[in-house]
Amino acid sequence: MSGIPHDHYEPKTGAEKWLDKRLPIVGLVYDTIMIPTPKNLNWWWIWGIVLAFCLVLQIVTGIVLAMHYTPHVDLAFASIEHIMRDVNGGHMLRYLHANGGSLFFTAVYIHLFRGLFYGSYKAPREVTWIIGMLIYLCMMGTAFMGYVLPWGQMSFWGATVITGLFGAIPFVGEALQTWLLGGPAVDNATLNRFFSLHYLLPFVIAALVVVHIWAFHTTGNGNPTGVDVRKGSKAEAEKDTLPFWPYFVIKDLFALAVILVVFWAVVGFMPNYLGHPDNYIEANPMVTPAHIVPEWYFLPFYAILRAFTSEVWVVQFASFVTGGIIDAKFFGVLAMFGAIIVMALAPWLDTSSVRSGRYRPMFKWWFYLLVIDFVVLMWLGSMPAAEPYASFSLIASAYWFGYFLIILPLLGVIEKPSAMPATIEDDFEAHYGKPGDASADATPAE
Amino acid sequence: MFKTLAIGAAFSLALAPVVFLAPTAALAAGGSGGHVEDFAFSFEGPFGTYDQNQLQRGLQIYTEVCASCHGLKQVPIRSLGDEGGPHLPEDQVRAYAAENFEVFDAELDDFRPAKPVDKFPANTNAGAPDLSMMAKARAGFHGPYGLGINQMFKGMGGPEYIASVLSGYTGEEKEEAGTTFYENTAFPGGWISMAPPLFDEQVEFADGHGNDVHHMAQDAAAFLMWAAEPKMMARKQAGFVGVLMLTILSVLLYLTNKKIWAPHKGKKVKH
Repeated sequence: MSGIPHDHYEPKTGAEKWLDKRLPIVGLVYDTIMIPTPKNLNWWWIWGIVLAFCLVLQIVTGIVLAMHYTPHVDLAFASIEHIMRDVNGGHMLRYLHANGGSLFFTAVYIHLFRGLFYGSYKAPREVTWIIGMLIYLCMMGTAFMGYVLPWGQMSFWGATVITGLFGAIPFVGEALQTWLLGGPAVDNATLNRFFSLHYLLPFVIAALVVVHIWAFHTTGNGNPTGVDVRKGSKAEAEKDTLPFWPYFVIKDLFALAVILVVFWAVVGFMPNYLGHPDNYIEANPMVTPAHIVPEWYFLPFYAILRAFTSEVWVVQFASFVTGGIIDAKFFGVLAMFGAIIVMALAPWLDTSSVRSGRYRPMFKWWFYLLVIDFVVLMWLGSMPAAEPYASFSLIASAYWFGYFLIILPLLGVIEKPSAMPATIEDDFEAHYGKPGDASADATPAE
Repeated sequence: MFKTLAIGAAFSLALAPVVFLAPTAALAAGGSGGHVEDFAFSFEGPFGTYDQNQLQRGLQIYTEVCASCHGLKQVPIRSLGDEGGPHLPEDQVRAYAAENFEVFDAELDDFRPAKPVDKFPANTNAGAPDLSMMAKARAGFHGPYGLGINQMFKGMGGPEYIASVLSGYTGEEKEEAGTTFYENTAFPGGWISMAPPLFDEQVEFADGHGNDVHHMAQDAAAFLMWAAEPKMMARKQAGFVGVLMLTILSVLLYLTNKKIWAPHKGKKVKH
């Protein structure tokens, strides 16, 4: 795999040869674990392992929680309290699972913006990027349905608002919404199917993760310079790379351990900080909470959804052109999904042949602005739908689309890239020096 | 570049009407949250623990005052004997259950005195909310600017909110559509339909602890925090063990990582 010349697994003993002829699984694992990896990867490259850990954590804690949970509108809320009070270690399992979702999304956003800065989405890694986007969509679906299961007030009303988005689709919306909910409103049928799908989707994600890894093992990892690994010979490739095991496994595990210190402190000392107090009130279809807010990781897209009101010029224009088929509500839904679609299309919208943002003097600033934009959108999503937040949301949403649809295509044409290192080896040695060159200075290399 | 500016201008124009509509909407969304006092509870922060005596006093207040209208239907009576809670002796828990509550037993098809295995009964007499999770279902602190920083440093403020409501009555009353409302400085909107439940020297504590409204409000709030989060002490302990273990693991992995990479790195070049 990866087209980079390297040593392959050779079965030596009789038993190994016997198995290898029938199922070359040892060779597959060997090649996967020993993949030559650019040795200049920086700390932004550790989040993949964190994400893999999150998926395992969520599946393991989730399976045990499912053993004690009851998906019924009359029993679900009490069954969560049963887990919190009666099940051995249940309170830890539930807090790990709930906060594990937040760790998962924190990691996925950093991983995603890493990709956006270093041009990880560019040829030949477009498929890796698209699979990643599919994983992200599945994650959002899983997280949304998982939040409904405790059957608190925010569960119920969040589900009502979000499934209502499908109702905004012209002509088929209402029928589609009824079909999704299993009835005219969020009720027992909804809770049951959400539980079923919340259990199913993580395994779909796991399968997509395998494909995601397969794809970038085929192209080889990207790296902070965006310069390709030399593939002329094994000796040449070895100057640019080190095997994944042990170099990157240990490095990633170290980073994971540090992140888990923080995660564990959150679970142990402030497990409800990221949740909503309203969700400790049992769902009541007769009482609407004063302020319906999704979980923090949905807020940027929630802000985009709400930004396009009927007072906005583009919305009025769209409504006029389509003869009213696209109203403000549907426009908001299109904008929200569009915000993710433009991100998925980045490989084709970015016209620059330079992968890494490090060597793109103009791109850098637009990218930093995009990160700020994302954080601002997140904040705006948590604020009431009133001024001045509505106007800010519209400006911030406009920048999100402008970045992908205008700035990325344009920069590739007008920007003059700065000087790049010729090889990964050069970049590595510029940071860490040549191996065995430490004689001049007594301080050991970092 | 020009194109970007042009689009930006187009969007700004699109915004104009929204901006002019601003003031009315902002007023409509104006906050009406009451004032919540930041009481110093013993269980705050990573090192905070429940005060067993306070929880027992809170239980007494709940039983003698709150229980006439409010249920605790998620809380098993046996958990009164748990460590890290009121920690009553087993025979006291049994006596408490039998003396104070009756539950409906489907097998007997009749009511019988409660046992430790039962939960506190639900109470729908006055339409009052169940208090099992009240201390987690309310946030006393918010912001600033929706950023949640206050909750990070002061806590979510559930028990502070409860204590503030219990001690926040001004004595003013008003009647609206046949219901009496009582002015309360902590309750959102300023008027609450619950009559002032506590008054000075209402409950006599065995340990002779202060029984003015201010003290009792805090004891009741502490008890309700325990009712909502009975495993808090175990959780914090797990938190400390985990943080310690993971820190040690981080150090070991850091050293391992440094060692395996060392042969591949030379002298760091000064930039």
